[in-house]
Amino acid sequence: MDQMFVNLKKALLDSLAPFLPMEGVAFVSVVVSISAIAVFGPFTMMYLTWFERKLVGRIQNRIGPNRVGIFGLLQPIADGIKMLTKEDIVPTGADRVVHFLAPVVVVIPALLVFSVIPFGRNMVAVDLNVGLIFFIAVSATTTIAIFMGSWASRNKFSLLGGMRTVAQLVSYEVPMILSLVPAVLAAGSLSTVDIVEAQGGWNGLKWFVFTPWGLVAFFLFYLCGVAECNRTPFDIPEAESEIVAGFHTEYSGMKFALWYMAEFMNVFTVSALTATLYLGGYQGPLLPSWAWFMIKTYALVFVMMWFRGTLPRLRVDQLMGLAWKFLLPLALINILVTSAWYFIPGLALRLAVSIAILGASFWGLVTLNRPFVPEKRIYEFAE
Amino acid sequence: MTLEIFAKISVYSVLALSLVAALGVVLFPSIFHAALCLVGALVGVAILYIALHAEFIAVVQILLYVGAVMTLVIFAIMLTHRIGDQTIPQANKQSLPALLSLACFVGLLGSLFLKTKWPVGPAHTEPVSAFVLGKALLGEYVFPFEVVSVILIAGLIGAVVIARKD
Repeated sequence: MDQMFVNLKKALLDSLAPFLPMEGVAFVSVVVSISAIAVFGPFTMMYLTWFERKLVGRIQNRIGPNRVGIFGLLQPIADGIKMLTKEDIVPTGADRVVHFLAPVVVVIPALLVFSVIPFGRNMVAVDLNVGLIFFIAVSATTTIAIFMGSWASRNKFSLLGGMRTVAQLVSYEVPMILSLVPAVLAAGSLSTVDIVEAQGGWNGLKWFVFTPWGLVAFFLFYLCGVAECNRTPFDIPEAESEIVAGFHTEYSGMKFALWYMAEFMNVFTVSALTATLYLGGYQGPLLPSWAWFMIKTYALVFVMMWFRGTLPRLRVDQLMGLAWKFLLPLALINILVTSAWYFIPGLALRLAVSIAILGASFWGLVTLNRPFVPEKRIYEFAE
Repeated sequence: MTLEIFAKISVYSVLALSLVAALGVVLFPSIFHAALCLVGALVGVAILYIALHAEFIAVVQILLYVGAVMTLVIFAIMLTHRIGDQTIPQANKQSLPALLSLACFVGLLGSLFLKTKWPVGPAHTEPVSAFVLGKALLGEYVFPFEVVSVILIAGLIGAVVIARKD
């Protein structure tokens, strides 16, 4: 059961082996992995849109999509057909080539990062020894695609959205990278599979999140991940009430769908990476490994959608302040605490020291960042 | 055997594409398009690194050049007044001397290439572990590493000083 999908692929390759030369089998093996990802990514995106609409509907005391299929399960397919048949509008002044390329380019990094995510035991497309930096590097290129789209649209709202995107993504990348350092320190490797394997003790429950530094790093990484996906409450790049739709204002039809596909696939991959780094990835008792991975990932996806249904949007200065004045110092302190954890002897002392340092710095940062609020407001009426 | 030919074809096509992109950097009239071509050329180089089994360098290339430097370049282009205009001329009157010096340089490089014996060692396909990387960065190469950190800090402080308006 645990190795179901791995055995499936093996059986397929074994059945092809008599007919093909060695290289052919290797090639088919690569093609199988690639097509699994290429199907899984967009399919996940389709049903994430359905899931989000249902969930946000529930939060807002509505039912959500319920017309197409049972529980509206065919809604994503209907949406897809609608998107394909819609008129594709390009503004007159737009840079046509770049305008066309931008939504195509943005999907590439979103799909590429799937390749280093361990979906289960032995279920990773490429076990890259620098998998973690690969994920960060490839997802960093999303910025350029968003910029291309916003610039090529020749629209003020698009351009504003693009500038906001860059400011936000560049700021949140710094604490994001710093908050994955604790996991790398603890596992001693940059490979995603090794990091998951390092969390295998205690019957598959020795997750990094159960240590003080792991808990802090988990929250930091997850928050930065939400910001990297441009989702509420960090959605100022596409704030509907301020700049229409931000960078994708001038997109319609399938191009718009591609922007959305990239965003939802990013939601999935960021949740998956958070689960991999701090929630033990596919480790867990009883259930097969891929089931554990999916449960953890979808729980994190659910929290992201819950955020969207609950939290209002941050202001630009609050957003920047959160990244630079709160998340960044806390991430730096957390790296120190993680290294100290491995040098202090005895569990009790370790726990005491790290909780003390982290608690004190958390409290200190919250106090230092508290905005100035006058105690009593005096209203004077004009007479 | 077929796989080897396939690998060769793909490597050469990546090379050709990055050369085309590099040409685009020089020839495009719009500076934004030139910047996008530069992104393409840098990604092409990163793919070459991967083909040479230097995954770490490839990933760092993408992270630093495409993710950070190019974002900064494009941001600078967008914030600079009218630099994205198509009317800015691409060439000036000194193209002939430039061409001559370029020809000299290419000749020199070519003669060097022909003279050099390129030693072909056994392929190092051993992946670099995080442990080895850390040892190298904070052991053998600690001096350049620290110099880079100091320069970065200086840059950060400088940016804050410039941005602050008292």
